[in-house]
Amino acid sequence: MTDALTFENLGVAYRVKGQLCQVLGGVSLTIAKGEAYGLVGESGCGKSTAAFAALRYLPRNGVVNKGRILIDGQDIGQLSPPDLRKLRQFSVSMVYQDPGRSLNPTLPVGVQVAEVFELAGVPRAEWVARVQDILAKVQISDPHLVMQRYPHQLSGGMQQRVAIAMAIASNPTLLVLDEPTTGLDGTVEAEVLDLIQHLRHELSTAIMFISHNLAVIARMCDRVGVLYAGRLVEEARTEQIFASPRHPYTAGLLRCLPQAGRSKDKAILATIPGFLPGLGTKIVGCVFAPRCALADGICISQEPEFLRSEGRASKCHYANRVAKMPNKAAAPVVAAANQSSVSILEVSALAKSFGKASHRQRVLRDVGLQLRVGETLGLVGESGSGKTTLARCILGLLQPDEGSQIRFDGQSLAGTTRRRTRDQVKSIQIVFQNPDSALNRAHSIYRMLSRTIGLLAGLRGPARDARVKSLAASVHLTERHLSAVPRQLSGGLKQRVAIARAFASDPNVLICDEPTSALDVSVQAAILNLLAELQATKQVSYILISHDLGVVRYLSDRIAVMYLGQLLEIGPAEAVFSGPHHPYTAALLSSAPNLTGASAARVKLTGTLPSTANLPAGCVFHTRCPQVISGLCDKITPPAAAVSPDHILACHLGPHQLPRTGGQ
Amino acid sequence: MTLLTLWLLSVLIFAGGHILPGNVGRAMLGPFADPTAVEVLNHQMGTDRPVLVQYADWIAGFVTGDMGESYAYRSPVAPFLITALLNSAKLAAVAFVLVVPLGILGGVVAALHRGKAADRVLSVVGLSATVVPEFVSGIVLILIFGVWLDWFPISATWRDGAGPFTQLYHLILPSIPLVLILFGYIARMARAGMIEALDADYTRTAVLKGLSYRQVIWRHVLRNALLPTISVVATQIVYLIGGLVVIEILFRYQGIGSLIYTAAKKKDFPMLQAGVMAIGGLFALTTLLADLLYARLNPRIRFGGRE
Amino acid sequence: MTDPGTEESAHDYTWRNDLRRLFRSVTFDIGAVIVLFWVGCAIFGPSLVPHDPFADDLLNSLMPPSSDHWFGTDQLGRDVFSRVIVGARDILTVAPIATVLSTILGTALGLTMGYFGGLVDEALSRLVDAVLALPTVIVALLALTALGTSTVTVLVVIAFSFAPIIARTVRSAVLTEVRLDYIAAAELRRESTLYILFVEILPNVLPPILVETTVRLGYAIFTVATLSFIGFGIQPPSPDWGLSISANYGMISGGFWWTVLFDSLAIASLVVGINLVADGIESTLND
Repeated sequence: MTDALTFENLGVAYRVKGQLCQVLGGVSLTIAKGEAYGLVGESGCGKSTAAFAALRYLPRNGVVNKGRILIDGQDIGQLSPPDLRKLRQFSVSMVYQDPGRSLNPTLPVGVQVAEVFELAGVPRAEWVARVQDILAKVQISDPHLVMQRYPHQLSGGMQQRVAIAMAIASNPTLLVLDEPTTGLDGTVEAEVLDLIQHLRHELSTAIMFISHNLAVIARMCDRVGVLYAGRLVEEARTEQIFASPRHPYTAGLLRCLPQAGRSKDKAILATIPGFLPGLGTKIVGCVFAPRCALADGICISQEPEFLRSEGRASKCHYANRVAKMPNKAAAPVVAAANQSSVSILEVSALAKSFGKASHRQRVLRDVGLQLRVGETLGLVGESGSGKTTLARCILGLLQPDEGSQIRFDGQSLAGTTRRRTRDQVKSIQIVFQNPDSALNRAHSIYRMLSRTIGLLAGLRGPARDARVKSLAASVHLTERHLSAVPRQLSGGLKQRVAIARAFASDPNVLICDEPTSALDVSVQAAILNLLAELQATKQVSYILISHDLGVVRYLSDRIAVMYLGQLLEIGPAEAVFSGPHHPYTAALLSSAPNLTGASAARVKLTGTLPSTANLPAGCVFHTRCPQVISGLCDKITPPAAAVSPDHILACHLGPHQLPRTGGQ
Repeated sequence: MTLLTLWLLSVLIFAGGHILPGNVGRAMLGPFADPTAVEVLNHQMGTDRPVLVQYADWIAGFVTGDMGESYAYRSPVAPFLITALLNSAKLAAVAFVLVVPLGILGGVVAALHRGKAADRVLSVVGLSATVVPEFVSGIVLILIFGVWLDWFPISATWRDGAGPFTQLYHLILPSIPLVLILFGYIARMARAGMIEALDADYTRTAVLKGLSYRQVIWRHVLRNALLPTISVVATQIVYLIGGLVVIEILFRYQGIGSLIYTAAKKKDFPMLQAGVMAIGGLFALTTLLADLLYARLNPRIRFGGRE
Repeated sequence: MTDPGTEESAHDYTWRNDLRRLFRSVTFDIGAVIVLFWVGCAIFGPSLVPHDPFADDLLNSLMPPSSDHWFGTDQLGRDVFSRVIVGARDILTVAPIATVLSTILGTALGLTMGYFGGLVDEALSRLVDAVLALPTVIVALLALTALGTSTVTVLVVIAFSFAPIIARTVRSAVLTEVRLDYIAAAELRRESTLYILFVEILPNVLPPILVETTVRLGYAIFTVATLSFIGFGIQPPSPDWGLSISANYGMISGGFWWTVLFDSLAIASLVVGINLVADGIESTLND
């Protein structure tokens, strides 16, 4: 039986400004029929190129300059255009990262799905029935209604289901999925991944799953290939590769991850020093050598072979030494005993609505919390939960509704920054998610920092200059970086600048809004370490907003869970994670994939997210709760119940009925 | 919204006509006329009343169809206005029917051959044609086709009772400068729309489904590309009308452009104001229609948001 | 080995590089040559032309092009060639000044509308819409009829007519910027509104302003020429091109083509030249 996909020493290059830049160098892999293969790597590793190459879809300046690609035994490089179309119609299908943009906004989704049947030669009279069938197969209820909708009328999860339906409708030999759930909320992601697994077993399609998220790959795939700078550096069965990696890069990646059991109090995260080789640089020897803890003279001069043994392979001269690679995570951490139980920030009855009276969107409703000195409060919730709005209200960027109270250091804060005192404004600052948006492209780093220091700390002249330099040093930036503009810096560097700027005024409260979501795993680890270090030395409190539960768990002392503008639960991190906890928290936690592959019983939510203009009566979560008590939850707002003195949640269920996920 | 804009427009136009210190009667009769005569004239025309009252009167009249009396012709403005509008409409229609398909075709072809010779040539030609003033291209055309080759008449006015084909014959030459002005802009919009659609993710999806090039362009690209072009084409009316003034003077055509020009030259404010207001109203109407059309064709607007 | 996240990207962006790429653009080069030529004519023309552009010579009126009068003579026997060369002066004085004025006004307006949003934006947008509903030529006709025609009034009228167009472009560029977090960061430093508008936002919206200004310059020339043609622009006895054409076009059916053709080509070449420059700038900025 021929394999679904074979890369035979595949090399792909892009012509940039006259130069040929090698994006994939000598990748060889095989995916057997019915197998699920995960291709994992950080940004710039070439995984998307590999995906598109399998469909022979490279941009105009792209070329396959080495090796070949076989699908079902056929060399696709030799195909004529009509045959290539046939390949795409019947043998290979793809599901893309952003389903909203991958669907034609001016055609109903049913029409777009029907095109697949049209290409397969199905008679026109049967199209409607076939489309309904396939939509039902991807677990869309009411397919006859959905097929008439336009893409913008569907939620992200729905859109991706439609895209998946379109891809499997032709029963392809190979299904390529390029980051299909990145950008979807946790619970939605879990549902889509469930669906993909289910379909896999039903259809025996081979799958190539591309992702930067190791946990998702661990969950979905039989075998995994790790890409680094366009080279396949390791390949093994899923259990093998994550339990005992045989390449220093894989090991490094795993150690970077803020996964279970790690927290800032116990150890800093390991990082991978150095940086990715630039596009088009000539590689001599092992491509990972400059960053490798095991590298020696041989590694720098000789490119290692991709050696296969016992069903796994590694592109390393010293694959057998990886298990004993020195672990920087063992280094002791700066003592973090600065917390106290005094609250520095108190929020009560915070509400925020938008829009006119008839169509009022109540984004935040009656939120109350306290932030203590020196602690990190993790704020989790999916889209629509109101976490960003909460952050902006606290900062004074948004005026909250009447009756809201925000108190800092005992004093009531005005609604906007202009009406707050300078001391108040300098005490609460933020690190934004996207450094490209947060740093002014036209200004130099030095200017950004000195301006902030000048305005908020009131320093001038040499004192200010000295402070800029010490601030830069505290986030490990050099003087060279100070004269740069954001364009010249990488994502990780820019985020450091953003952090430096946030600390410029010596704040007491720092809001970190998805501080690492835009960064690669290895860079993320460094930033998390930096945040932990700064907190330990400066006694600052963090409000950490993140959708990544691993990140939240690593840094947070306490956690608050939000849903549709309300606080459902707040308590110590470990307690919230292990339970007993709110049913929504249980659903959130169980939907997050983790590396061990062992998933606790998934708590599935029913229904869809209600709109903020039309909030459910009683408990705001009751429309989706698996443990809903009808007659109670839909009528009466649940009281704030304490599971333990510091752990409060809003639920009608008694402490013994609450779910537990167990320490994971 | 449009009403508010129109109202603002009327204020501006009226204000524009009445900024001049000194009075209308004096301006019409000349600096040496008898003061009493000036007073009588002013009283006759109602121009000795407070400005606000005059404005209110004018607006009320305009809405009900009475646009006042022309100072120059001493007879109601309305009939002149309507004839002029009709004539201009014919000229504009000829120009539009020519330029819209040409422009869209040009833009689409340029986008499909992006970066290659055809694209550059079309872009540069389109650009150049757009920026040359109408009277310049008009004169060159008259010289070549009217005088030297004698293929077309150089005056657009036809004899009374001329049939539609004769009328068309007279209107072709004057419509070409208008076509040139609009072609570049429409082609550029169409090209931009096409390129955005060609580069979009949904086009990639269509290609990777295995659809043929033609199917992809027809079903997926064109619909998305031409949608924004529609609303833009409507705003082109403004440039079209601006060109009418010059073209109608050059080709001796009794349209709204030459009406306004003559009124301006003679300081015939009622006529001038009515004419300008009519154009503003026309623009508002066209924009409204274009918005409605766009809303109907764009599923995102027609069908609202998520369920 | 350096800490991860302390690397630099390979780009080395300076405005010098941008300029170099600009000069490599063919459209820009051709356009620039044309424009510079006419600017040269405007500045040095009067001292270099073979004949006095204002000198009548009724005995030699309406003579076709010859070795003595390269472009022939007009109704009053004036040398057309000299008049064409010197005719660049007025239009290249009025149009650029009007454009600069409109850019300053339009930028201030656009910045205000884009940053403040809400009622301010709504109100000003209605005003902008009202002005934009009318073609510039017609607005000019109305205003100049009321104010009287002179070079200064033409300049002011054009400036005020173009300002809303520029404001619109600036506004949409500002709207994109205002959504970015660095604005919020500035508010969190309690920066004054003026600082945010002119030091934070303005540098980032300069590229589209630059392109729009160059395009507006082309249209300013277009408008001045058109207004001169219909008698509401530059006044006689200037050898301005539009004015010359308007004085002489009635005669072209009599075969006196040289009295209008060269002026027409002059206008056409100047506007095309400016727009090629604008095109070159735009494609450089979009790379």
